[in-house]
Amino acid sequence: MSIMQMNGGSVIAMVGKDCVAIASDLRLGNQSLGISSKFEKIFPMTDRVYVGLPGLATDVTTLHQQFRYRLNMYTIKEEREIEPETFAHLVSSTLYEKRFGPYFIEPVIAGLQKTPSGDLKPYIAATDLIGCLNFAKDFVVAGTASDKLFGVAEGLWEPDLEPEDLFETIAQTLLNAVDRDAYSGWGAVVYVLTKDKVIKRELKGRMD
Amino acid sequence: MDVSFAITGKGYVIIAADTTAARSIIKMKSDEDKIKVLSPHLLMAYSGEPGDTVQFAEFIERNIRLYHIRNPHPLRPQSAASWIRRSLADSIRSRRPYAVNLLVGGYDPAEHAPHLYWMDYLGTMAEVPFAAHGYGAYFALSLLDRYHDPEANLEEGIATLKKCIDEVAQRLVVAPGKYKVKVVDKDGVREIEL
Repeated sequence: MSIMQMNGGSVIAMVGKDCVAIASDLRLGNQSLGISSKFEKIFPMTDRVYVGLPGLATDVTTLHQQFRYRLNMYTIKEEREIEPETFAHLVSSTLYEKRFGPYFIEPVIAGLQKTPSGDLKPYIAATDLIGCLNFAKDFVVAGTASDKLFGVAEGLWEPDLEPEDLFETIAQTLLNAVDRDAYSGWGAVVYVLTKDKVIKRELKGRMD
Repeated sequence: MDVSFAITGKGYVIIAADTTAARSIIKMKSDEDKIKVLSPHLLMAYSGEPGDTVQFAEFIERNIRLYHIRNPHPLRPQSAASWIRRSLADSIRSRRPYAVNLLVGGYDPAEHAPHLYWMDYLGTMAEVPFAAHGYGAYFALSLLDRYHDPEANLEEGIATLKKCIDEVAQRLVVAPGKYKVKVVDKDGVREIEL
């Protein structure tokens, strides 16, 4: 029994053309026993920064509250909202602070970053449980179905997907990967972030 | 070996917990109350490591009571559950953690809705329509998937609870004999006989 697999759950983020998507399953379990099918692991940090927290469920809640607190302090001090890249470093240092007694979470960050010219550029990143940042140009995965997610995403993802196509790609990737993982599934949720709106869709998956 | 169930319905939460206090193979007591009344509209069933359970439950009980004395209103279920979860989450990373699993059920008079939270000793918390702890969970959860109705009235809710207890009695080798059942709704907390 690994503590990272105790509650189950998976998160994936993908880059599209001027948009990003982040998606997760909704299962909360205790080993093989399912407890809840409405346990959300993705949290909005600002209007254009989202974070997914797969891993040990107690730390999902604790870290979400910790990030919310640190973000509020940042927003008050800086008098502006945080950028995705800055937030990724905030996540990284929060986790590394607990280097020798870590939170058992592998966060995934998705957002739209402001460029010096003023337009928005997709940004995704993931870290391991002690905060080692992995910045990717295509997609990032984490959680109990991460190996399956890698495989399916590698096959389905292509560059410059429009928001609706990106939604379809990430949704199918997640749904098909979690069907091969006993600890993930029980429904899913997808967020697609574009310049002018955020689309949230809840998906029905196999409930077994 | 403790077994506890909780189900929500139309404007109420029912919580049931077995009443045995055991030490290894010996049944020491058969009328132990394992459901604490935290505030006028809040119940908490606790199970886990003997010793830790009562100590932790009393700690929670008194702190919730203190809040009620200091403020003109009690804590709402969401806030109370959040605070209790934090206590467990802090405890798990301490030198001597409490090994206590909880079901926190309450009625929120402000929004006229029942709330039920499943919590374990790690500080995992989930709001759920029905929940169970202990070996009984393996039987009751699948049964409740089939029979639970969030719009059921109290009589129907009690009937569903009886189904759980009967199933556990029939199939679980170490099934407890007696349960204490408490209900919380708009009128507050009360104990009921099955």
